[in-house]
Amino acid sequence: MAEELETERADVRDDGRRPPRAVVGSHRIEEEIFGKVFDKNIVKRIWAFVRPYRAKVALAVVAVLVFTAMQLAIPLIIRYAIDHGMQPGGDRSALLAALIAFGVAIIINYGASYAQETLVGNVAEDVLFDIRRAMFSHLQRVSLSFMDKTEVGRLMSRLQGDVNSMQEFLETSVLSVGDITLLLGIVVVMLYLDFGLGLLTLSALPVLFIVRIFWLPRARKSFMAAHETNSVASGALAEAIHGVRAVQGMDRQSVNFTLFDDKASANLRTHLTAARFAQVMVPIVDSLTGVAMALVIVVGGARVLGQALDVGVMVAFLFYIQRFFDPIRSLTLQYSVMQRAMASGQRLTDVLDVRVDIQDKPDARALSADMDGSVEFRDVVFGYNPKHPVLKNVSFKVNPGETVALVGPTGSGKSSCMSLIHRFYEVQQGAVLVGGHDVRDLTQDSLGRQIAMVLQEPFLFTGTVLENIRYHRTEATREQAIEAAKAVGAHDFIMRMPDGYDSILGQRGGNLSLGQRQLISFARALVADAKILVLDEATANIDSYTEMLIQKALVKLLEGRTGLVIAHRLATIREADRIIVLQNGELIESGNHAELMRNGKLYSRLYNLNYASFDDIPEQIIEQAAAEGAT
Amino acid sequence: MTTDTVTGDGKLSASRAHVRAAGWGKGLSILTRITVMALRHPWQTGLAIGATFIASGFQLMIPLLLGRAIDEAQGIGAGGSAASVAQDALLVTALLLLAVSVLRGFFTMVQNYYSEAVGHHIGYELRLACYEKIQRLSFSFHDSMHSGDLITIGLLDLEGVRMYFSTALVRMIFLSVLIGIGAYLLLSTDVVLGLLALSFVPFVGWRSSVTQLKLRATWLDLQERLAVLTRVMEENLGGIRVVRAFSAQDHEMSKFETASRSALSLAHQRVGIRVANTSAMTFSFFGAMGLVLWVGGTKVMAGEITVGTLASFLTFMTILQMPVRQLGLMVNAFARASTCGARLFGLLDLDIAVKDAPQAPDLTLRDGTLRFENVGFSYPAAPDNAVLTDLSFEVRRGETIGIVGPPGSGKSTIAHLIPRFYDTTAGRITLDGKDIRDVTLRSLRRAVVVVQQDSFLFTTTIENNIAYGDPWAKETQIARASESAQLHNYVLGLPASYGTVVGERGVSLSGGQKQRLSIARAVMLKPAVMVFDDSTAAIDAATEQRIRSAMRLNAGERVTIIVAHRLGSLMHADRILFVEEGRIVEQGTHAELLARNGRYRALYDLQIRPGDDALTG
Repeated sequence: MAEELETERADVRDDGRRPPRAVVGSHRIEEEIFGKVFDKNIVKRIWAFVRPYRAKVALAVVAVLVFTAMQLAIPLIIRYAIDHGMQPGGDRSALLAALIAFGVAIIINYGASYAQETLVGNVAEDVLFDIRRAMFSHLQRVSLSFMDKTEVGRLMSRLQGDVNSMQEFLETSVLSVGDITLLLGIVVVMLYLDFGLGLLTLSALPVLFIVRIFWLPRARKSFMAAHETNSVASGALAEAIHGVRAVQGMDRQSVNFTLFDDKASANLRTHLTAARFAQVMVPIVDSLTGVAMALVIVVGGARVLGQALDVGVMVAFLFYIQRFFDPIRSLTLQYSVMQRAMASGQRLTDVLDVRVDIQDKPDARALSADMDGSVEFRDVVFGYNPKHPVLKNVSFKVNPGETVALVGPTGSGKSSCMSLIHRFYEVQQGAVLVGGHDVRDLTQDSLGRQIAMVLQEPFLFTGTVLENIRYHRTEATREQAIEAAKAVGAHDFIMRMPDGYDSILGQRGGNLSLGQRQLISFARALVADAKILVLDEATANIDSYTEMLIQKALVKLLEGRTGLVIAHRLATIREADRIIVLQNGELIESGNHAELMRNGKLYSRLYNLNYASFDDIPEQIIEQAAAEGAT
Repeated sequence: MTTDTVTGDGKLSASRAHVRAAGWGKGLSILTRITVMALRHPWQTGLAIGATFIASGFQLMIPLLLGRAIDEAQGIGAGGSAASVAQDALLVTALLLLAVSVLRGFFTMVQNYYSEAVGHHIGYELRLACYEKIQRLSFSFHDSMHSGDLITIGLLDLEGVRMYFSTALVRMIFLSVLIGIGAYLLLSTDVVLGLLALSFVPFVGWRSSVTQLKLRATWLDLQERLAVLTRVMEENLGGIRVVRAFSAQDHEMSKFETASRSALSLAHQRVGIRVANTSAMTFSFFGAMGLVLWVGGTKVMAGEITVGTLASFLTFMTILQMPVRQLGLMVNAFARASTCGARLFGLLDLDIAVKDAPQAPDLTLRDGTLRFENVGFSYPAAPDNAVLTDLSFEVRRGETIGIVGPPGSGKSTIAHLIPRFYDTTAGRITLDGKDIRDVTLRSLRRAVVVVQQDSFLFTTTIENNIAYGDPWAKETQIARASESAQLHNYVLGLPASYGTVVGERGVSLSGGQKQRLSIARAVMLKPAVMVFDDSTAAIDAATEQRIRSAMRLNAGERVTIIVAHRLGSLMHADRILFVEEGRIVEQGTHAELLARNGRYRALYDLQIRPGDDALTG
C-alpha cells in the first residue's frame, strides 16, 4: 500500500499548515443518542405495540426464569453427586439419582432456551415491523405541511435506526430479566449453602460495581468519540465519492488527501483509546474472580479440612464464582441500551403524534365519475401560516371542459390554488368546490380519482416504465398504457430503451432526461383518466426539441377535460381558454389573451417584455411592471 | 483485476456465491494479503500473538489449580493429611490461583488490545488508500459505478477486512492452543474421561460453522429484501406529492406490506436457524458434561481418580465452551474478510485510465491556442458507438466559441475532453501545439476549468465553496469572483453572508444560484481555457447577460468555450459550431448561420417563436 500513500502535498505549506479555506466532509450534527434511562410515557407507548404479543412475552419471561433456574441447579446437582455419591465405595444410587436429575435439568434447559430465544427473537422482529408499519401508514395521512418541512433522510432514520434500537431494547430487556434473576439466584444459593463463606465471596461483587460506576462514563465518552470520528471520516469519504467530478475538475486531490488523513488519524486515535477503555476491564474482572476463588480455597478449604463443610459445597462455590460476573457486565451494557431506546422512543412518538389535519367527515360522500368537472373557488382565504395568508379572497370558476391558465410571479399563490383543489390543505375561509361539492364533504379517495395531477418535478418510481405509467391504476391494461404513451409522444423513446416498456427505470428515473420523465408523467396522468387535470408546468430548462413534444402532449392531455394549468411558457398561456393573473395572493385580472392584452395591466406588460417564459423575467422588472400596471 | 468484479447490480448475489465458495482459491491469496498487511506492524502483531499463547497457557492452569485445591481440602494433597501442612498447601494454591488469574487477565488484555490495534492500523491504511484511489480514478470509472456501491466498499467491505486479524486470525490461534494443550493435558490424565470431556467439541464446532455460513447467506438475502423496503419507503416519502395527488396511499401501503412481509418472514427464518443451533450446542455441551459426571463419578467411587481431578475436567469444559461456540463466528469472519477483501482490493488494484505519462513536464503556456485535431471519441462502456468523429477546430486566446446541437450530439463530451476527464480515442487535442496527454494532469487542470452542468456543492461555507480550487485565496479575491458571477448581492443578503453553510446539510440554493456559485468558483482560478458546459441553463436571461459582461473584462486573456442549448447563451460568440451526431455540421457567426437557413436557423426559430412547428413543418 505504501506506494499509494505517496502523494504530492504541495498544496499544504512546507511547515505543515493546511489551507485555511479547505475542509473535507462536514461535521454532522448528531442527534441525541442517549435519553433518560426510563421514561414512563415512552415505555407506555412502546408497550402498546408489545401488547398484542403479551402472551408470548409472558411465556418468554417464564422460559427465561426456567432457563436461569436450570443454570443455578446444575452446580447444585454436581455438589449433590460429589457429597453423596462420590466417595470411594460411596452410594451408587445417589450418583444415579444425581445423573437422572442432571439429565432432566438439561432437557428442561434445552426446551426453555429454545422457547425463550424463539419467542423473544420473533416478537422483537414482529414489534419492529409493526412500529415501522404504524409510522409509515401515519406518514401517509399527516398533512403535507409537515412533510414539506421534514427531510426525507430524517424520516428514514426514524423508520430504520430508531425502530432498530427499539428491537434491540426489547430483546435485551427480556434477557436482562434473566441476568437479574441469575445474579440474585447465585447470591441466594451461595448464602444458603454456607452463609459465612457466601458473604465473604460476595464481597468482591460491590468492588466490581464501584469500578464499573467510575469506568462507565469515561469509557462511554471514549466510545462516543470513536463513533463520532468514524462517522466524520465516513462522511468525508462519501463526499469524495459524490463530488469526485468537482474535485478532479478543481484539482483538489492532494489537499483533500491531507485533510482526509487528518480525519482518518483522529479516527485511529480515538479507536485505540476506546479499545484501551474496553480492555482494561478484562484484568479487573479476572483479578476479582481470582480473589474470590482464592478466598473460597483458603477459607472454605480449611473448613472442608476441619469437616465443617462438604467438599461438594466448595466445588459448587467455585463453579458459581466463574459465572457471577457475567450478569453484572451485561446489566451495565443494558443501561446504555435503555438510554438509547428512550431517545429513539421519544423520536418515534414525536412522529406518531403528528396530527392528521385532513380527514374524511363521518358522512363524507363519494364524488361520482359523472359529475360535471367544474372547479370553483369561493372567497378563498388560505395561508400555510394563518397570520400570513397566501390567498386573499380569491374567487373564480372553471367551467367543465375549459382550460384555464394560472399566471403570476413567484409567490403569487398559484401552487397553493392547485393544492387546495386536491384538498392537500384546508382553506381558512371560503370554499373550494369540485363538481359543485365542497371538497370537505367528499371522501379524499374519490376526490383523488377525479383529479389527475402533473407536478412540476416529474417523480418516477423504481420499476418498469409500464408500472410507472399505470402507477396506481393497476387495472389498466398494457394496451391502455401504450396508448397513453403514444398519445403523449413518449412511445418512440420508450421503444428505443433496451426492454421497451419493461425497461427498469433507475432511481427516480435517473436514466431518463428531464423532458422524457415529464412525458412519462403525462402518460401516467392520461391513464388515470380523471375529469379534471391540474398541471404545474416544468420551469426547468428542457432542450427545445423535447419542449416541442411536450407542448403537443399537453394539448392531447387537456382534450375533453377541465384543465387548470400553472403556466410558465407563453405558448401554453396563449392557447388557454382563459387566463387568471394572480399577484400577491389576489386575483387581479382574468380573460383570454386578446382581452388581457387590451386591458393593458400586468399581463400585457409582462407579455410585451418578450421573454419566452415568464420565469426568465428578473424580479425587479416584474415589480416595475406591476407598479406601472397598478397606476 | 477488471472493473467488472466490483461493478454491477448483481453485487450482493455475486457475494453470496462467494460465500458458498468461501474463497478457497482466490480467498486464500486475499487472506494472505491482509496477513501481510498485519505483519507490517511487526511488534504489535508479535505482542498480540505472543500474548495469545501466554493467556491461553494461564487459562489452562486454572482448572488444574482448582482441582488441586479441592484435593488438598480433602487432605489428599502432597504433604499428607496433617492439618497445618494441608492448610499451607491450600494457601499456596490459592495464591497461585490468584496470580494466574491476574496474569491471565493481563495477557488477555494485551492480546485483545493489540489484535484490535493491528486491525485499526490496517483499517486506517486501507481507508487512505481507498480514498486516494477513488479520488484519482477517472470519470469513465465513476460513470460505470453506482456511488452507493463505492460507499459500500469504502465502509462495509473495509470493516470486514479490518476485523479479520482480531476476530478471525488471533481467535483461531487462541482456540487452537487451548484445545491442543488442553486435550494433551486431559488425555494424559485419563484417556476415557478426556475423550468424553472433549466429545462436544467437534459437534459444536461443526454446527456453529455450518450455521454461521447459513446465517451469513440469509443475512445477505435479508439485506437485499430490506433494501427493497428502504427503497419503497424512501420513494414514497420523496414522492409524497405524487402519492397524494393520485390518492395512492392504499397502493403504497400494499407495496410496503409486500416488501415488509418478505423481509419479516426471512427474519423469522433466521431466528429459527439461530435458535435451533444454539439450543443444540448447549444441549450437546451439557450432555458431554453429564457423561463426564457419570463415568468420572464411577471412577471416583472406584478410587481411580480424585474429586479434584473430576472438578478440573468439568472446569476445563466450561472454559472451552465459549471459544468453541464462537468457532462459527471465526469461520464467518474468514468468509467475510475474503469476500470483502476481494471487492476492496479489486478497487485498489484498478488501473487509472487517465494519468500522467512517465516524466511528463508541467504545461507552460505562451499564446494558449487550443486545437482539436481530427478528434474521435467513444465512451469505454460502448466502444462501438462513436460519440465524436473526426472533429477539428481551433480557438485562439481572446476568442469565444459557442457549441450547440441537439441532445446527444456530443457537445458536452467536447467540454469533457479538454481537461482530460476522458482521453480521446482518435486524433489529439493540443494546447500551444503540445498534446495535452504529454503534460501533467495537475498543470493541465489548473489551466483548463470546466463549469460543469451539475454544480456540486460541498457542505461548507459559501466562501469555502467559492475558494474550492484555491483554498489559500483571500477574502477580496472571493468577493471579486462572486461579484462577476452576480452572486455577491445574494450572498450579502444571507444571515451569515459568506459564512453561510450550504450543501447537503446546509442552506439549499436554487439551481440558478448553484450555477452562479460554480461560475464564481471557476473565475477564481483565472484559467487559460474556460469551458461552460451548459452551466447557465437555470440562470435567467438578464442575469446571464450581466455575468457575460463581467466576464468579458478578462476574456482577452483566455479561450472561452460555451456549450449550451439555449441560443441566448451563445449568440454573441465569435464563432458558433453546430454539432450533430458527433460532427460539426455548420459553423460561423450568429448572423452567418442565420443567413444559411440551415439547422441553426431552424433551432433559432423554434426557440424564439415557441409553439410554431418550425422543425417538423
